[in-house]
Amino acid sequence: MIHVTTTINGDETEFVCDPRETLLDVLRDRLSLTGAKEGCGTGDCGACSVTVDGTVVCSCLVLGAEAEGKEIGTVEGIATGEDLHPIQQKFLDHAALQCGICTPGILVATKALLEKHPDPTETQVRYWLAGNLCRCTGYDKIIRAVMDAAKDMRSAA
Amino acid sequence: MQYQAPDSFDAAVTLLNAEQGMARVLAGGTDVLVQLRAGTVEPDLIVDIKRIPGVHDITAEDGGWRIGAAVSGVELNAHADLCADWPGVAEAHDLIGSTQVQGRATLTGNLCTASPAADSVPAMVAAGATARVQGSNGTRDVAVEAVGTGPFKVSLAQGEVITSIFLPARGANGGDAYLRFIPRTEMDIAVVGAAVSLTLDGDKVASARVSLGAVAPTVLLVEGAANAIIGTSLDDAAMDKLAATASAACNPISDKRGTVEFRTKIAGVLAKRAAKIAYDRAKG
Ligand SMILES: Cc1cc2nc3c(=O)[nH]c(=O)nc-3n(C[C@H](O)[C@H](O)[C@H](O)COP(=O)(O)OP(=O)(O)OC[C@H]3O[C@@H](n4cnc5c(N)ncnc54)[C@H](O)[C@@H]3O)c2cc1C
Ligand code: FES
Ligand code: FES
Repeated sequence: MIHVTTTINGDETEFVCDPRETLLDVLRDRLSLTGAKEGCGTGDCGACSVTVDGTVVCSCLVLGAEAEGKEIGTVEGIATGEDLHPIQQKFLDHAALQCGICTPGILVATKALLEKHPDPTETQVRYWLAGNLCRCTGYDKIIRAVMDAAKDMRSAA
Repeated sequence: MQYQAPDSFDAAVTLLNAEQGMARVLAGGTDVLVQLRAGTVEPDLIVDIKRIPGVHDITAEDGGWRIGAAVSGVELNAHADLCADWPGVAEAHDLIGSTQVQGRATLTGNLCTASPAADSVPAMVAAGATARVQGSNGTRDVAVEAVGTGPFKVSLAQGEVITSIFLPARGANGGDAYLRFIPRTEMDIAVVGAAVSLTLDGDKVASARVSLGAVAPTVLLVEGAANAIIGTSLDDAAMDKLAATASAACNPISDKRGTVEFRTKIAGVLAKRAAKIAYDRAKG
């Protein structure tokens, strides 16, 4: 077993894991952070998206042991207390989710996109989210929610 | 399975050589983790190289660029000067996977997986890139085209690791490009890939390297295709000869992604298109 000290959503966290466990396994099964989902386990669906030192990655393709000394960001860290992040609110307003399995990963990926590109084109959004699969919504509502969130966040900034 | 994250390549080599069972080097993990999960690879030891100082660095060297073995797609494409020198290599690597995969995937990992369809490898071969390899007998530089020896097989000896990739000086009046054919627009594996790097003397091609992916057991360096365009200004006759020599070099398989005939034909088409883009880039 490996002992790991890391920071998750700003809080210093320690855990012990088997070297074979992925960061996704650790988040869900050891730390009860079940926002990140396992859709495929092979990097294809993006439901497990988290940030590591600010970069969006698939947590199913990261070993838990690799989290040592890193800053991990998950969907649980996006809202401020009871206040939803504007991106989360826009997903509700636009009904950009149905079953919701893909939603945590899409929120994490969208937040990273808008931090880097506050004024993205629709094409940019579609390419950025190409690794986040959704089998319910048909994507259009997701794209509209992202574009609308970007607009609101720009005027708020 | 043991996980080790040494703080030097010397220590990494020592760990790899001391392992009696199977060892795997871990860079971005976008191939290794998939293999672990599928159970196709069951290593006794994982050596994570990402904690070694310098592995995330891109440094200027002899007019070219030395790229640390753990530099991800995001880090590579954020380097404006490297992208200006070698847009074909940067674009080829950027085609790999999604935003999430780009956050991790490295050139070194793409090279060492040795998939015939690896996207960055033809671009690196065309660029004349070399890999620096460290083992218990010291350090050597290897041409990138000599690393893959067959599908998912490499020429590295047990205990050897790649410490960096070197892209040579671009020089004046040079350009490169990589194109692939996929049935989708994103997130798919190349059915055919073609890369061209060339330099110009006036309007004429002075030197060229042409590389093809997904059309043979390894990524190919096709000298005949380069010779077809050297000394020309990519007139129709030269372009036809480029396509014909590229197609003639193909030795592909038929699978659900494409037939032998399709891959052979498309290799010529993409070689021509990549040559044109490289030429226009060299013109500036
Ligand atoms: C969803 C998804 C989509 C993908 N799409 C594409 C695509 O479009 N095109 C494409 O070409 N690939 C694709 N890939 C495959 C993969 O992302 C690439 O091959 C990537 O470049 C591998 O780099 P890595 O750093 O993640 O390698 P790793 O997984 O860390 O390593 C890959 C191999 O290289 C060896 N290795 C790593 N570093 C070293 C070193 N320093 N010395 C010696 N050996 C080393 C490892 O042991 C392993 O065998 C995709 C993968 C996923 C999960
Ligand atoms: S669960 Fe990680 S990408 Fe699907
Ligand atoms: S809402 Fe069901 S997968 Fe996206």
